[in-house]
Amino acid sequence: MSTLKKTYQDASVNKTLSGPDKKNLYRQMVRIRKFEERTLRVYQQGKIGGFLHLYIGQEAVAVGSISILGPDDHVITAYRDHGHALMVGMKMNECMAELQGKATGCSKGKGGSMHFFAPDKNYWGGHGIVGGQTPLGAGIAYALKHQKKKGCCLCYMGDGAINQGPYHESLNIAALWKLPVVYIIENNGYSMGTSQERSTMVPNDSLAERAEGYGIPWANVLGNDVYAVRAAVAEAVQRAHQDYTPTVLEIATYRYRGHSMSDPGKTYRTNEEVKAYQQEHDPIDRFQAQLKEEGVLSDEEAKIIIKEAKDEADAAADFADASPFPDLSELSDDIYWETDQPERTTEGRIFFD
Amino acid sequence: MKKITYRQALNEAFEEEMLRDPSVYLMGEEVAQFDGAYKVTQGLLEKFGPDRVVDTPISEAGFIGLGIGSSMMGMRPVMELMFWSFAYVAFDQIVNNAANVRYMSGGLINCPIVIRGPANGGTNVGATHSHTPENFLANVPGLKVACPSTAYDAKGLMKSAIRDNDPVYILENTILYNESSEIPEEEYLVPLGKADVKREGKDLSIIGHGRPIIQALKTAEILEAEYEISVEVIDLRSIRPLDEKTIMDSVRKTNRVLLVEENKPFCGVGAQIASMIQEQVFDYLDAPIGRVSSLDSPAVYSKPLENEQIPNPQRILKSALKVLS
Repeated sequence: MSTLKKTYQDASVNKTLSGPDKKNLYRQMVRIRKFEERTLRVYQQGKIGGFLHLYIGQEAVAVGSISILGPDDHVITAYRDHGHALMVGMKMNECMAELQGKATGCSKGKGGSMHFFAPDKNYWGGHGIVGGQTPLGAGIAYALKHQKKKGCCLCYMGDGAINQGPYHESLNIAALWKLPVVYIIENNGYSMGTSQERSTMVPNDSLAERAEGYGIPWANVLGNDVYAVRAAVAEAVQRAHQDYTPTVLEIATYRYRGHSMSDPGKTYRTNEEVKAYQQEHDPIDRFQAQLKEEGVLSDEEAKIIIKEAKDEADAAADFADASPFPDLSELSDDIYWETDQPERTTEGRIFFD
Repeated sequence: MKKITYRQALNEAFEEEMLRDPSVYLMGEEVAQFDGAYKVTQGLLEKFGPDRVVDTPISEAGFIGLGIGSSMMGMRPVMELMFWSFAYVAFDQIVNNAANVRYMSGGLINCPIVIRGPANGGTNVGATHSHTPENFLANVPGLKVACPSTAYDAKGLMKSAIRDNDPVYILENTILYNESSEIPEEEYLVPLGKADVKREGKDLSIIGHGRPIIQALKTAEILEAEYEISVEVIDLRSIRPLDEKTIMDSVRKTNRVLLVEENKPFCGVGAQIASMIQEQVFDYLDAPIGRVSSLDSPAVYSKPLENEQIPNPQRILKSALKVLS
């Protein structure tokens, strides 16, 4: 284990990190954790409706992978999308307000938890249907290639998505047409409430290995080690940039909460299992210890970062509370590009109320 | 003016729009090397090369989702479904992603795509290949839907669809691909949301879309010659947006309405239009609104039965006489 850890730390993409860079990685993981914890309380207060899929436990995946990206790289993910949103640079305020269905939300209260978008930050959602974003990710990569950009698309999904047809169609096309897309399976072990053993046939216990059938390079990655994530993603991104080769990465991770808030997360696993992971494998604790060992981050500094993240999340909750709900008159905005312009471009009736 | 087929008209629309805008590309099963299953894209691979006329695997969810993703990045894919019946394996992409991405992003993302292909029965291919989903596509806010019945309309609507910044779905008809009509030599567009009065009349309005409109024109001739009845035929062309003004103006003039379409009757396009007519011009109606749709069973294979199942001039005539009685 220590040799392995040494290897990730020594990967060139990590070796070149400065102290402040490393601290920032830590800070981003803590921000996601504190945002999600605050979100959980807001939900329990009854201010967030519908589904809420928390990212707690998986922080090193979004932070490690997105920290690799350059200006022409893009991100698309599924419904557990808060962590990626914060990491690409979306603000806690707009995210928390969206969760509460407020007009100040990132989607003006029209998207909700599963549908965060920030195209100005190359962030294309936030998609609610399992596996439905996988062809979109290939399409973003297709556009990048045709626009002759040196960029790629990281397309995230959960382990449950790999049994959806569109994922396989996307892998086939991505390999056939050489599209610069990196599919990242965030394997938290449970496709909703059904364990991997009960949902997925893979002979060698690797979900990523299915990529072999499409001739796509793949790897299994340790997901609670931000250095390991960065090393693997950097390699995949480089491959995409160099010659448009797609990659499938399976990043092993764990979610501390249920699939969504309607799932207590206890019926298909034991409390002990969750606790053991938290105590022994937590990605934030682990990185904090690592940075302490490297002499980059003191306990006091870590405390300050945690406090700042908490305060930021609290302020976001206050901002969301104070924000107005959208007006009913806004229901018909943002449906068609056309009807949001000062003048119609087509004729006839387009809404039928 | 020149006379060209519906198929050629579509082909001209693609060529003109691809020359006009380099972000437009064609994609679909067999659209490039094979020239299209119905030869609608014939010759375009030679003219524009494989980067802009793209053969896909048989993976409708995959390539339509890919097209949607590329459109979010500013490309303008025109995607062929060999049959609209194949849309059902890609419905999540066609309905969830294309129609909702703008709304769910609070207006930050556009989806300027065209999905097109034939959607019709009458070709003796059975239930799985004969669907006419314009009614359920038009049910979705965020989508635009048009069903051209002539070469002129096919070209003009397709060009408008490609330039449109929202998802536009064009439902064509394999039986009409060989039908010709006159089109201008110079460039023209047919706007979405504008119906066409294909024949003027004063005693009865036949209103609908697609091939039944061509049949209604034949019925109108019979009604005129044999019954001295003057029939107005309104081709909606576009289902959503919908030209309700032309519909209501015609009803006010003729006071009698027959709605025709190849959809099944339940929740068909005609059901929506009948509701709007009774709401807006109830006092002008001299008779209950009649409807001709496909008979309400899965599309039957057996040819003589299928000829009766989908609308035909005889059935339209019979229903017209009932509305007129």
